[in-house]
Amino acid sequence: MLVVQNLRLRLNGKSIIDDLSLHVDKGEIHGILGENGTGKTTIAYLIMGVSNYKPTAGRIIFEGRDIAELSVSQRAKMGISLAWQEPARIEGLTVRDYLRLSGNNQGIEQVKRCLRMVGLEPAQYLDRDIDTTLSGGERKRIELASVLAMRPKLAILDEPDSGIDIVSLPLIFNGIAEMNRQGSSVLLITHSEKMAEIAHRVSILCAGKIIRTGAPLETNQWFKDNCRTCLHINEPTEVT
Amino acid sequence: MISQSVEEEYQGMLDAYEKAGGDKRALKSKDIAKLVIHKNRVLSDDGVKGLKIETRETKSGVDVHLLVEEGAKIPRPVHLCFGILPKEGLQEIILKVNAEDNSEVSVIAHCIFPNAVKVIHKMDADIEIGNNAKFDYKETHYHGEFGGIEVIPKAKIRVGKGGVWQSTFTLSQGLVGRLDYDFEVFCEEKAVAELVVKAYGKGSDDIKVLEKIHLKGTGARGLAKSRIVLSDKAKAEVKGETYGNAPLARGHVDCIELVNGTEVVARAIPIVSVTNEKAKVTHEAAIGSIDRKQVETLMARGLDEGEAVDVIVRGILR
Repeated sequence: MLVVQNLRLRLNGKSIIDDLSLHVDKGEIHGILGENGTGKTTIAYLIMGVSNYKPTAGRIIFEGRDIAELSVSQRAKMGISLAWQEPARIEGLTVRDYLRLSGNNQGIEQVKRCLRMVGLEPAQYLDRDIDTTLSGGERKRIELASVLAMRPKLAILDEPDSGIDIVSLPLIFNGIAEMNRQGSSVLLITHSEKMAEIAHRVSILCAGKIIRTGAPLETNQWFKDNCRTCLHINEPTEVT
Repeated sequence: MISQSVEEEYQGMLDAYEKAGGDKRALKSKDIAKLVIHKNRVLSDDGVKGLKIETRETKSGVDVHLLVEEGAKIPRPVHLCFGILPKEGLQEIILKVNAEDNSEVSVIAHCIFPNAVKVIHKMDADIEIGNNAKFDYKETHYHGEFGGIEVIPKAKIRVGKGGVWQSTFTLSQGLVGRLDYDFEVFCEEKAVAELVVKAYGKGSDDIKVLEKIHLKGTGARGLAKSRIVLSDKAKAEVKGETYGNAPLARGHVDCIELVNGTEVVARAIPIVSVTNEKAKVTHEAAIGSIDRKQVETLMARGLDEGEAVDVIVRGILR
């Protein structure tokens, strides 16, 4: 479904993404596991086509089409969407309207269902604005609900668990599993081995490069053994 | 002949009122206080128990006295409809309001100028809110696409002990033309004042907003809030002033101006002043283009860029 080939990004003379290749299959949850500053969010932005994130080299192919020149809207219309690590706040836009426009004006019952899936009671949230009155965790859960409402072919989830209290974490796991059951492939970007356990395959990122891909259990363990204690993050040649 | 003309005017105002988002049924209901004025002609003025409306037609407009009697809680919003339907005209509304002690009322005003090419609408209001009285005033303007209109609303509002004044002025449909908004509120002990202005300037619209709040009494609170969106060659100057002159007075000035285009001119001038060591007044003002991340958040859900901008603009003016 998604094939990333030899992707490179240099910003201000610095290599951010370095000859990165990966693929996400139809129906797959693919985890990208990495420490802070290794380029995880940059991959999300490059695939989604966010402003100022144009590849220096390489190809991003979605369902057989090179999407590198397409706008964010065009990519979304092809079936790609992104749940941001720190979602924007928009004054005057209610949760109800945000989820409805995400789901192409779907009915209110579907909107309520998506909110319940991430543990938010519709009666308390539908008429609230997605502005600064929401806590970080609430806004993140609404972001996940909006992706559930959209039912994209490929959902890119950037650190969906960050800022979420520990009691609510199972709801995030359930939301991602439900998204996958609905038919979405998921590119799950995280720094947490626990979160990566939900994936079918996990790739470890260091210095903008995939240094290892495999089954979650062994890859997560490798990450724990080698990356958690690493004193030279973003210098992967020394550990491989 | 005259009565037929009045009937036509009234019907014309009702139709325009409905297009502007007003509830036409409210203007026909006997249980709802209402006032409909076309140019300098009073087409309808009905009070309800506890609320009296007196009017006097003048050469260029109407003098209005609105009285909310002591202790009266008016159950349904009062509907006001002012406007000029022809292309040209002058309307001067002199408004006197007395909301007596412990009264409560909500007023919804629609000001309608759908065909304006050379129209001036002035409102000069003198408003007394009694002790523990509560007055909520929402004014929405509906202008046509010609921009040939000057709107000059001015008000002096005094809010008694424990009283509440809340007003929202919205001008987001059609071209603004020239807006010169000037509201000044004086708050006594534990009184509350909230002034909100929302406007969408397009074409060569010229917007001036002055929101001024004097927190005179102990524990008085005030908010001067404005949300302005500008595109094309529109310009805006927003002044939000709050003066904390009493112990425990709390005030805030909150101005956001979104600029969407290279030829717009936006200015924000917040003034905060404190003359009592136990008072506190804060402000925040932001002028800038529409946040790219907000736009791309909505684009990532499948909206085109223009649609995303529309959603953000509608939100901020809601």
